[in-house]
Amino acid sequence: MDGADRPLDERTPGVEQNESRADYRSYTAGLGLAILLTIASFVVSQTSLLWPPGIPVGLIVLAFAQIGVHLVFFLHLGTGPDNTNNVLALAFGLLIVFLVITGSIWIMANLSTNMMPMSGSMPR
Amino acid sequence: MTVEAVADTVPTRLVPGPGGGGPAPTRTVVAYGFWIFLLSDIIMFSGLFAAYAVLSGNTAGGPTGRELFNLHSVFIETACLLFSSYTCGLGALSGERQQRDRFYVFAAFTFALGAAFLFIEVSEFAGMVSKGAGPSRSAFLSAFFTLVGMHGAHVTSGLLWLVYLVAQVATKGLRPHVLRRLLCFSLFWHALDIVWVGVMTLVYLMGAR
Repeated sequence: MDGADRPLDERTPGVEQNESRADYRSYTAGLGLAILLTIASFVVSQTSLLWPPGIPVGLIVLAFAQIGVHLVFFLHLGTGPDNTNNVLALAFGLLIVFLVITGSIWIMANLSTNMMPMSGSMPR
Repeated sequence: MTVEAVADTVPTRLVPGPGGGGPAPTRTVVAYGFWIFLLSDIIMFSGLFAAYAVLSGNTAGGPTGRELFNLHSVFIETACLLFSSYTCGLGALSGERQQRDRFYVFAAFTFALGAAFLFIEVSEFAGMVSKGAGPSRSAFLSAFFTLVGMHGAHVTSGLLWLVYLVAQVATKGLRPHVLRRLLCFSLFWHALDIVWVGVMTLVYLMGAR
C-alpha cells in the first residue's frame, strides 16, 4: 500500500486497514484453474496415450502450475510493494525445500548404488 | 513571514523514505509473521517428502502403492480439500466485509468439506492397516503414513482452530484482532492445500502408476 497517500495519523503501527485486493471473482478464477489442473493431473497419470517416461515430468510441471495458481489466487501473493517481503521469504523457503529434497534423493541414490549387493541373508 | 506562509511550509504528508513509507499496518505485519511460520512448516514437510521419495521403492516384499492406492477416493479427497480452500477464502472475505451470516455459512462448508476429507483419509488408513499394510510393514509404508498422516494431523488441527474461530466471531464479533486471526487461519488452510498438491502428485499419482 502506498504510504504517501495516507494522512499522518493513519501511519502509525497498529492502524487497521481492512482493504483486500481479493474478491469473489479472483477466488472463483483460482478454483476454476485449480480444478482444470487437477483433472489434467489425474488424466495424465492414467492415460496410455503419452510416452510413459515423460509422465512423471508432466505431473511435476502440473503440480508446480497448480501451486502457482494457489499462491496467486488464494494466498494473493503478487507483485505489490507490501508483498515484497512475502515473496522474498517464499523464495528462500523454496531454496531450502529444493536443497532438502534433491539433496536427499541425490545422496541416497549414490549410497544405494555404492552399497554391496544384498542377498536375502539379512536378518529381518 | 505571515502565518499563511508558515502553514505552507509544514508538510501535510510524509515523504516516503527508502523503506517505502513508514511502518506497515498490523495486518501486513501479522500476515508476514504467519507466512514465515507457514514456510517453516513447509520446510518440515519437505523433509518428509524427501524421506518418502527415497524410501518409496523399499517395499520389503510387501504391497506397493500400485496395489494399495485407490485413485477414486484420492480424487474425492482432492476435490473436498480444494472446495474447502475456496469456501475458506470466501469466508475470510465475508468476514472482512462484516457479513457475519455469510461467514457462518462459508465456515460451515469449510468445516464439512475438511471433515469429509479427513473421514475418507482415516477410512483409507484403517483399510490399509486391516489388510496388513500398516506403518510397520515396510519402509515405504512408514514413510507413507508419516507424510500423509502429518498432513492429516494438520487438517485436524485446522478444523479445531476453525471451531475456535467461529466461537470467537460469535462472542466477540468481527473485530480487527479477530479478523487478523481469521486471516492467519485462511493462510494456514490454503497452505495445507498446497502441501496436498505435492502429496497427491508425488505419493498417489506417481505411486499408483
